[in-house]
Amino acid sequence: MADTFTFELVSPERLLVSSEARQAVIPGSDGEMTVMPDHAPVMTTINPGVVRVTDGSGTEERYVIFGGFADILPASCTVLAESAIHVDDANSEQVEGWINEAHERMEKMDSEEEKADMATYLHQLSTIKNTVIPA
Amino acid sequence: MASLKDLKNRISSVKSTQKITRAMQMVAAAKLRKAQEAAEAARPYSERMGAVLANIAGSLGGDDDAPKLMTGTGKDDTHLLVVCTAERGLCGGFNAQIVRRARRDLEALMAEGKTVKIICVGKKGHDMLRREFGKQILERVDLREVKQIGFSDADGIGKKIIGLFEEGEFDVCTLYYSEFKNVMTQTPTGQRIIPAAVEPESGDASDEPKRENGEDPLRGAIYEYEPDAGSILGDLIPRNISVQIFHALLENAAGEMGAKMTAMDNATRNAGEMIDDLSVQYNRQRQAQITTELTEIISGAEAL
Repeated sequence: MADTFTFELVSPERLLVSSEARQAVIPGSDGEMTVMPDHAPVMTTINPGVVRVTDGSGTEERYVIFGGFADILPASCTVLAESAIHVDDANSEQVEGWINEAHERMEKMDSEEEKADMATYLHQLSTIKNTVIPA
Repeated sequence: MASLKDLKNRISSVKSTQKITRAMQMVAAAKLRKAQEAAEAARPYSERMGAVLANIAGSLGGDDDAPKLMTGTGKDDTHLLVVCTAERGLCGGFNAQIVRRARRDLEALMAEGKTVKIICVGKKGHDMLRREFGKQILERVDLREVKQIGFSDADGIGKKIIGLFEEGEFDVCTLYYSEFKNVMTQTPTGQRIIPAAVEPESGDASDEPKRENGEDPLRGAIYEYEPDAGSILGDLIPRNISVQIFHALLENAAGEMGAKMTAMDNATRNAGEMIDDLSVQYNRQRQAQITTELTEIISGAEAL
């Protein structure tokens, strides 16, 4: 059994990562999941959150990603994110900006359902915020 | 006959025009490189997206619960044309080409008695279509302030289109933009985005990198879907529309710069030719004047 698989993180603007990884933790919409080599083929949508990738030498890289989906095959894992940045490049103001925007959008919404969706989204954002900003 | 002074003025004015066009050409060349890089960088995403979409669509087959965005409304009475052009002129026939392509389809559709609505992305297309089809233009998207087109710009347009679709404003949506072949050639293209033209799995092999076919015997394997295939597809298709618009905008940006570069190169060359012609004329006239003066002096001396 191979102990690494090809991990790719792609955003519409560019290809962020294409490397061999030992494991990757992905914030799937049905809960966080860890992908390891020889994973069963899964296709899942992704919630906004943090992807953690461990490469062959054991170093962990973290990326903030924004929605999208993951295509997981035994030998590869491709994350197609709506937008993605490395944790080191993300800053608190940006996340604050997203949160404020989300708040504004929520106020304009009428239906309870939409509001609930937005609340979930806000919750995810604050999770990101806590990860990005070292407490 | 223009006087010497007039000629001199004209030469200097053409020279300064040439300076401007040359500067514009160089700016366009620099921007073109950037735009090409952006288009290049965006390619992996749309490729993967296409592959994944084909995969899911294949596994869903002709299911009835496939989203409307993919199957269409079952009618084709109302068409929405999204015409993407540049924000600025001075790029040869670039904008006119796209508009001509769109207008041809537009007229054909109207002749068939269909209702046609238009969304203009970019100022130039709007300017050209406004006079004739002003009433049919639903909206004009302004990207003038945008320096580097980001996915969010495309996403905004995509969401707008999907919103209109859900309100039943149109049945078929076609995207018009210019495909960037190389610096010299941009081909205006019409691409149907709603209902999504998802190719069957075998059909997309040519677009996909070969390595995926070779290395990946499991492509087309039975996937597990989280949450389920239908809702993933429902999530994917709107995103795919945005991706296609993004792709179109990037192609357009590269094409615009390519066209501008060529146009400005031509303009610079034309200005050069004009300067040469004018200089010849100027020198001749000056020579003629000297000769006249000489003749006058000589005949004056002879008369003494």
